[in-house]
Amino acid sequence: MEIKPPIPVIPPPDWEEVKDLQEWVKYRQERPEGDQVSDAVAGLWDRLEHFPGGWLAVTSSSKLFNWARKSSMWPVTFGLACCAIEMMATFASRFDVERFGMVPWASPRHADLMIVSGTVTIKMAPMLKRIYDQMADPKWCISMGSCANSGGPFRHGYHVVKGVDRVVPVDVYVPGCPPTPESLMFGILKLHEKVAEFHQTGQRSAPGAPPD
Amino acid sequence: MTAETVIARLREALGVEATGEDPKRPLDVRHLVVTVPVERWVEAVGFARDTLGCRYFCHLTAVDWKAEGFEVVCRVENLETHLGLTMKTRIAREAPCPSLTGLYRGALWMERECYELFGIRFEGHPDLRRLLLPEDWEGYPLRKDYAVDMPHPPYR
Repeated sequence: MEIKPPIPVIPPPDWEEVKDLQEWVKYRQERPEGDQVSDAVAGLWDRLEHFPGGWLAVTSSSKLFNWARKSSMWPVTFGLACCAIEMMATFASRFDVERFGMVPWASPRHADLMIVSGTVTIKMAPMLKRIYDQMADPKWCISMGSCANSGGPFRHGYHVVKGVDRVVPVDVYVPGCPPTPESLMFGILKLHEKVAEFHQTGQRSAPGAPPD
Repeated sequence: MTAETVIARLREALGVEATGEDPKRPLDVRHLVVTVPVERWVEAVGFARDTLGCRYFCHLTAVDWKAEGFEVVCRVENLETHLGLTMKTRIAREAPCPSLTGLYRGALWMERECYELFGIRFEGHPDLRRLLLPEDWEGYPLRKDYAVDMPHPPYR
């Protein structure tokens, strides 16, 4: 009689042992603490908190400010690679992002959002960091495409940053190679949801957290 | 100019044997490969330029064969007769290679790129500097012993 070997039990993957995930946790850029709430809004909060009836006033004003922020979010035109073609298609008239109040603006001083569209090479990373630092606070960042998310197909090359979140803090990751304009617009709308909750919670990314 | 003519002229002038790129396919004048010793490298490319009329310098690169050294590869073409000649030479791992910049101006940047990616020193190059990589780069990234996945701060 033939004795069958036991069926090997494949253990479920332990995600903490994945090397890429460990690298991601190690090298990811976090937002600094002071970056969570802009100074103007914090000052307004302090002024109105001691005012009688101030709670209602602050809540309404924050909603007003967040509505204004998300309704006129200007991305800096910063195209790096082939994802920039899809980004341009998103900005163009077929997928019109101007109906969301987004105007691609050629100056980082006036922009609120940076869409990192494409492969970030090691030589390009300091310039990307400088452009991000030149943007006025509050500012957001969308990582668009596999290359910007994790290095993508060039991850094991010698010249590519393995994810743009090693350089600047990222709010929304849009997967795809390249993402379609629909994907990018979905990411932009997700970012709008985050912006709408911006300084009520004092945190950028707190899904499900109660306001205040 | 047929492939047999080119092979015969290379044989009588330089004493090297040119072959086709793929032995399973018939000889084609557009795809000929010849390996020359490094002492006759400039002479052989000069012969291809002057006598065979290959005025177009297509590219120059190298192949890392680990302990067997580097193989410097260049391709020159004659655009009138469609002669394409891939010329190869083998150098030791830390040995210099004679430069082709006296023959082709287009070799200037090709050899600079080959220098920064493989670390091959081209003797006779007038301006052997980096071409593409950042100034603070360490190592030669297209060598086989370059550790690609090693994380280098700040962004690598």
